[in-house]
Amino acid sequence: MSTIGSQLPPPRRLLPWKGLERRLRDVGISGRTLVIAAPAIWLTVFFLIPLGVVFAISLATKQFGRPPYSPLLTTEGGTVQLTLHLSNYVKLITDPLYVAAYLSSIRIALISTVITLIIGFPMAYAIARAPEKWRNVLLMLVILPFWTSFLLRVYALTGFMRGNGVINQFLGLFGIEPLVMMQTDFAVYVGIVYSYLPFMILPLYTTLVKLDTSLLEASADLGSRPWQTFLSITLPLSIPGIVAGSMLVFIPAIGEFVIPSLLGGPETLMIGRVLWDEFFSATNWPRAAAVAVAMLVVVVIPIVLLQKAQDAVVEKGK
Amino acid sequence: MAKKPQLAFETRPWRDPSAKPFVRIRNVTKKFGDVLAVSDVSLDIYKSELFCLLGGSGSGKSTLLRMLAGFETPTSGIIEIDGQDMTAVPPYHRPVNMMFQSYALFPHMNVEQNIAYGLKRDNMPAGEIKDRVAELLTLVKLQDYGRRKPNQLSGGQRQRVALARSLAKRPKLLLLDEPLGALDKKLREETQFELVKIQESLGVTFIVVTHDQEEAMTLATRIGVMNQGEIAMIGEPTDIYEYPNSRFVAGFIGSVNMVEGIVTEDEPDHVRIRSAELGADIYVGHGVDCAPDQILWWAIRPEKMHLSREKPEGEQGANVTRGVVEDIAYLGDMSLYQVVLESGKRIRVSQTNSVRGNPHAITWDEPVYVSWAPDAGSVLTV
Repeated sequence: MSTIGSQLPPPRRLLPWKGLERRLRDVGISGRTLVIAAPAIWLTVFFLIPLGVVFAISLATKQFGRPPYSPLLTTEGGTVQLTLHLSNYVKLITDPLYVAAYLSSIRIALISTVITLIIGFPMAYAIARAPEKWRNVLLMLVILPFWTSFLLRVYALTGFMRGNGVINQFLGLFGIEPLVMMQTDFAVYVGIVYSYLPFMILPLYTTLVKLDTSLLEASADLGSRPWQTFLSITLPLSIPGIVAGSMLVFIPAIGEFVIPSLLGGPETLMIGRVLWDEFFSATNWPRAAAVAVAMLVVVVIPIVLLQKAQDAVVEKGK
Repeated sequence: MAKKPQLAFETRPWRDPSAKPFVRIRNVTKKFGDVLAVSDVSLDIYKSELFCLLGGSGSGKSTLLRMLAGFETPTSGIIEIDGQDMTAVPPYHRPVNMMFQSYALFPHMNVEQNIAYGLKRDNMPAGEIKDRVAELLTLVKLQDYGRRKPNQLSGGQRQRVALARSLAKRPKLLLLDEPLGALDKKLREETQFELVKIQESLGVTFIVVTHDQEEAMTLATRIGVMNQGEIAMIGEPTDIYEYPNSRFVAGFIGSVNMVEGIVTEDEPDHVRIRSAELGADIYVGHGVDCAPDQILWWAIRPEKMHLSREKPEGEQGANVTRGVVEDIAYLGDMSLYQVVLESGKRIRVSQTNSVRGNPHAITWDEPVYVSWAPDAGSVLTV
């Protein structure tokens, strides 16, 4: 009797993906391949190909028409001709405007990063040392501004800093002359530091909260005053957080466009604005593309260096 | 492994009423919010002692140690070290070093840098630091490990680095928080021995916090048993084991048989206690501070009792009871018998296995007599 029972087909269950999975396996695609392929395809389609297009455009020259750049490949009398123009890159080096813009971007990003670190470190430290039940609330307060549009927040800063803005009105109560803040580098620093502070605080918090307090006690026990403990224990052990936070602030700050255009003055030279002007005002797509590629290089080099430094620190810690 | 006593007053200053204590803890109380962690503790610790604070988790022993190190300030009371009031002195100004339970080695520094850390704070010249570090590495037998990072070391090696680091500044007082807690049993036994040797050779006063009663018995010159923030008993290991002052102490250290009884005779030279639980009278061969008809407890260690097939004489018609062997645990050097008395009470009796492979040994389900000497047990009123 039992043999009859075993001959009955097992009850069918509705697992539509099973069939799909079997068919894929027949072609030699396993679930593992899919998991790896999905992000790879995404990156290729939405990052690598566009990047290639930008790079290709950077090797063309400006021309009137649509698209507003010369084609790289031309067919003439049955021969395919590839024309690469390096003039855009040559221009980047020879025209002092671009060099100055890059240097100025790096300077502004660097100073902003340092200020963010100086402000963010004590905040992250205070949150990490706060009673456990308060930590999430405090972190929430750090993240809260993200719930408002970035553009709106930067724009709101003008309300504070303009000639008859909140700050100057407040100073006016004490008879202090209005300060000129808008359209200066100062306003750009305020904007960048304000906007990117959470990116500094969060990674710093994660390293500081893991810092074993018994290490600080051991340091005090061995005769270190609080500031000595900070310099010789807390600071070295929070380097991974400092590096991560600094990269998260520095890299977007270099290419920042919204903040310098809304808050900065005409003399605030940043590469993001130059790029915008090339693209939209001068309609010079090839030049804009070259600026973008060069910016990528400028940003990638410090990332690689910092990554190397961080790996070295991690390696040494092992 | 406990310290060998030489001259009583030399090695046991606590027996000398005129000796000046090195650490004086006076009525120290510590509250965390509403929680009483340490409650009105007074304690004197003498120079070159190896004092163990023994207690379960939450007994307040670690809090007391942290107050000595300066990481916590007492809610009330005074802590004096070497005649100086330390109550409000921050940790970095105390002549005290601590070895942490987690070792708290600085992960970004190698072994040498860890050991030299405290010396650098004292602005010691580099040459001297180097010599001192080498000396300490030799002391803890880690000469070849100076350049390693803490995470390249085994648990036992880390423990030794932590010890070397805490000894580097030659503190007058070394605090050790569960120093052997993270080590396995074999390593722990070796290290206990090492620790006592180092302590003896350096003459530093050690205060060790531990929850391991065996560790406390092995290491200590004296033990302070803590319970719920209070000191339950202070004494030498033998006092604590043989003459516990309370049911808590008797039960906390070693294994013990405890029965309830009622005083039937209360004389200056002896006491007779009737215990229904034990199914016998207990004749105690010395006077006890109690009253007739008082209900109290009598505690006896398993090795202080004797098993026999024939009924022994007993003492004044007491100190013998009957039971049946329910279970035997053979431990090699001795066997632990679990005997069920007529009252249903189970007691444990250990017998040394002095005859090899004894075929006549008492075995399972045998009716036996259990007897003891008049001074073998402790009468406990609390």
